[in-house]
Amino acid sequence: MLIAILAMTGLAAALGLLLGYSAIRFRVEGNPIADQIDALLPQTQCGQCGHPGCRPYAEALARGEDEINKCVPGGESTLLAIADLLGREPTALEVEEKLPSVAVIDAQTCIGCTLCLQACPVDAIVGAAKQLHGVIAAECTGCELCLPPCPVECIRMVPIATDIPHWRWPYPASEPDSRAASPEREAEAA
Amino acid sequence: MTEYALILIGTVLVNNFVLVKFLGLCPFMGVSKKLETAAGMGLATTFVMTLSSVTSWLVNEYMLVPLGIEYLRIIAFIVVIAAVVQFTETMMRKTSPVLYQVLGIFLPLITTNCAVLGVALLNLQAERSLVEATLYGFGAAVGFSLVLSLFAAVRERVAVGDVPEPFQGSAVALVTAGLMSLAFMGFAGLVSS
Repeated sequence: MLIAILAMTGLAAALGLLLGYSAIRFRVEGNPIADQIDALLPQTQCGQCGHPGCRPYAEALARGEDEINKCVPGGESTLLAIADLLGREPTALEVEEKLPSVAVIDAQTCIGCTLCLQACPVDAIVGAAKQLHGVIAAECTGCELCLPPCPVECIRMVPIATDIPHWRWPYPASEPDSRAASPEREAEAA
Repeated sequence: MTEYALILIGTVLVNNFVLVKFLGLCPFMGVSKKLETAAGMGLATTFVMTLSSVTSWLVNEYMLVPLGIEYLRIIAFIVVIAAVVQFTETMMRKTSPVLYQVLGIFLPLITTNCAVLGVALLNLQAERSLVEATLYGFGAAVGFSLVLSLFAAVRERVAVGDVPEPFQGSAVALVTAGLMSLAFMGFAGLVSS
């Protein structure tokens, strides 16, 4: 009986020591998943997900505290990549489907205050103080962050016209939904 | 050499732990929704099963038998398996954090995977040598990973298929598993063990 107790205690102690050593040897610093999610995010730091930037959103996702469908600039490809990485079911993008659009500055009203330059997360607005600002359409992600700071409201969002380089096949599954949603959108527009 | 090859083929195909002996069905149903996850789980289980079949053989031969406490076999094996699983978990957290998160609760649950304890106990029952026991554990684990991956691949397809409503979800998965088990009966007689 005593031998049995001693033997089992010895076995448990030996395994415990081994595990204790391996826990120190293979210690994990920080959260490596957050790094991997952060690498997938577009780094526009636009804040449309409700977090102060891409890194905080990645950390919230790594902790499993937020939905994966909040990244608007990343769009569907980022959503699918994160869903794949985390093994979660991809859900529809939370934000209602917006047409891809770019900001356009009205040359007549712009006073050259540079406030929109500071707000732009992707540096797509160029200009200097008291000079007319311009938008680099190719860089603009359509995040609308430049709209609130403008004191004269000279920035408009203009949808990108569907021409041959921008057009793509609609997904078969999403077609009935978009058809159902389109009358509403027209009603809102009207 | 032929003998060892026969042990491998015998455990992987003929006496497959999941589909013929019906051991380790919990992770078989639980982690088989995605092929990548299933492959990761198979890898982790392979590591645990091989290592634990070796260690449990050593513990039995050099500790339990000399001290005459074979009646503590199951407890000792469970302790050994739990330690190996914990070790695997620590390793995986370091090497593959994403897989660690995806496997989630199923990783520590390898401890209670009856196939792992089953290998250790069956090794003693058949009075295998250390090399044979290692091969047996490895073969059983490879067989487990094989059917888990196959099953996950089938389930991925079934999930998008037009399944009648009463059969959706676990029901069709169980039917699929049954059909796979039937298919694996075809290997019976390949190796007589």
